[in-house]
Amino acid sequence: MLERGLQRELSGGFRIRARKAISTGTPIARGLLPKRLVIPMAQQAGPAAVPVVEVGQRVRKGEPIGRPGDLRSAGVHASASGAVSAIREGPAPTVNGLTASLCVHLETDGRDDPAPSGAWPGERDARIDAICNAGIVGLGGAVFSTAEKLRGDAGCELLILNGAECEPYISCDDMLMREHPLEVVRGALAMMDLAGAESTVFAVERDKPDALRAVREAAAQIGDTRIEFARVPTAYPAGGERQLVEVLTGREVPSGGYPPAAGCICQNVGTAFALDRFIRRGEPLTSRIVTVTGSGVANAANVEAPIGTPIRDLIEFCGGYRGEVARLIFGGNMMGYALPGDDVPITKAGNCIVAAHSDEVRESFGEWPCIRCGDCAEVCPPRLLPQELLRAATARDFDRLDALGLNDCIECGCCDVACPSQIPLTERFRQAKQVRAAALRRAAIAELADRRHRRKLARLAAQTEDAGRQQDHLIAAIGSGDGRAAIEAAVARASRRRGESETAQGL
Amino acid sequence: MITGTLVLSGIALALAIGLVLCSRYMARSEDSVVDEVERMLPRIQCAQCGYPGCRPYAAAIVADAAPLNLCPPGGETTVRRLAKFLGRDSARLEKPVEVAGLAGVQASLDAVAVIDEELCIGCNLCARACPVDAIVGVQQMMHTVISEHCTGCTLCLPPCPVDCISLTPRHA
Repeated sequence: MLERGLQRELSGGFRIRARKAISTGTPIARGLLPKRLVIPMAQQAGPAAVPVVEVGQRVRKGEPIGRPGDLRSAGVHASASGAVSAIREGPAPTVNGLTASLCVHLETDGRDDPAPSGAWPGERDARIDAICNAGIVGLGGAVFSTAEKLRGDAGCELLILNGAECEPYISCDDMLMREHPLEVVRGALAMMDLAGAESTVFAVERDKPDALRAVREAAAQIGDTRIEFARVPTAYPAGGERQLVEVLTGREVPSGGYPPAAGCICQNVGTAFALDRFIRRGEPLTSRIVTVTGSGVANAANVEAPIGTPIRDLIEFCGGYRGEVARLIFGGNMMGYALPGDDVPITKAGNCIVAAHSDEVRESFGEWPCIRCGDCAEVCPPRLLPQELLRAATARDFDRLDALGLNDCIECGCCDVACPSQIPLTERFRQAKQVRAAALRRAAIAELADRRHRRKLARLAAQTEDAGRQQDHLIAAIGSGDGRAAIEAAVARASRRRGESETAQGL
Repeated sequence: MITGTLVLSGIALALAIGLVLCSRYMARSEDSVVDEVERMLPRIQCAQCGYPGCRPYAAAIVADAAPLNLCPPGGETTVRRLAKFLGRDSARLEKPVEVAGLAGVQASLDAVAVIDEELCIGCNLCARACPVDAIVGVQQMMHTVISEHCTGCTLCLPPCPVDCISLTPRHA
């Protein structure tokens, strides 16, 4: 297994004191099976899945309960055997924050009967469809459809297996690589074949020597020479896919594009593990490794949690809360967001839950005005100008936001940390992106409405013209002697018939 | 001195002719201004301004026959943008005229009309009222709204004799 040199330095970002050791002391904890699972349909990027079960129906573990909304979506499966107790809308934590999603509530029966597993098809297209139906999505947190990434027509030379994991608290990928290196490497090889890539590089941060050693040994055991590894610097956000592509290949992913535009695809190591499980055992994605950490949880650990496990059960499984928890964070402390409570389920995007004490949360003195120090621009990994973006976002100046590259913001949160005025820049940019998307949607509706309205007016005008012409004919006919005679004859006929029918009735 | 005067007068004359020609042939037609004003309006054709659609209202605005503040879906932002574009005074948004039986229902792009298909009697009045032909159905048969085409204008609500149409939030 060859080491691949780095082509470029990571631009922007900074070193953050890692807090991974809190959760890496014990092996991955297994055996969590909550009484009730709440499985959201909108867990993946792309449209929500469509429920295919009914209330009261019994399901086995791994049975599909939602079919993919379309090609960019993914299937959703029962994470345990049991009975469907309700299907209703509820909060689901996904990449973009808490969103309302239809959720299937499942009362588990503790038996864990598995559904019969599907066979791994032979054709490439059938395989990719199978991956979509198996609900496999990017487990690094972006939950982008794995099938969609692999389907890509653009020629891809390099598969990057993302094991960088730069978020200070998260250690689920680290633990997975340590405990299941063989599965991860096999999954990576399968991905490489499906994507038609020439080589695979495992990108692991320098602070995870154990994980790297495990993966190297597994690769040596398999003996595939197309696998390389790269030690990326321990800095945040070295694990961002655009950042990885740039550091490993020296090529930049163009604005508005995805890694295939630079000849790469990035997959998380957890996704590779899930894919291998599906290929070997026919099991769809029904669980993921979640890092449950922070000083507010009794026994911080990595837990293999069934998808849909309420966060409360997850915390209880780890010994419950310890002390006063100031904030419960979904995702890492950099990219994640605070949850309003623990009554929400773990989704496929849920790589980490941080229960933080107040001393872990930065002291807030409120938002102060921008002093134009420029610190944000220095740490911005995609090299944007956050302070200018903020001005444009406040003014809702979308043209300026576009010109400044709002869509290239990776929402890493570096500018938030750098800002001496504690302006929540990333949040503003997320909002601006959403408002922008809504404005575009509205414009599209207005455009369509306009076209249809014009067409309706044209149709009505044509109808009036038609009616007018008929009337003209009628008037012309009445005006001539023939016409009048014909009408008088018709009237006489009608009154005669009426008279006859009245006589017949004896009136 | 004569030469100087002649040269300067010549230049002035040439420029004057140029300006006259420009104003004649390159002037903005009234239509193009109406186009632009129309594009600033939400174009959901809700007719709450009292005109039968966005374009007639735009034409009335350009002809200075209508105030700028009659468009509730556009909101204050649209009033301000129109005022800036046309160089007129901005005014507060006029409250839409309350339609009987429609209290509290607001035309909005964030909503779509939905027909309760159990109650629909197939009278076709809603389909005729729809400015964007988003309602389909044959007389005496159940009608339905094509939600992708619906602009949430509420124009189909008042004509319905059985009140089976309601507005629901639009799903993205």
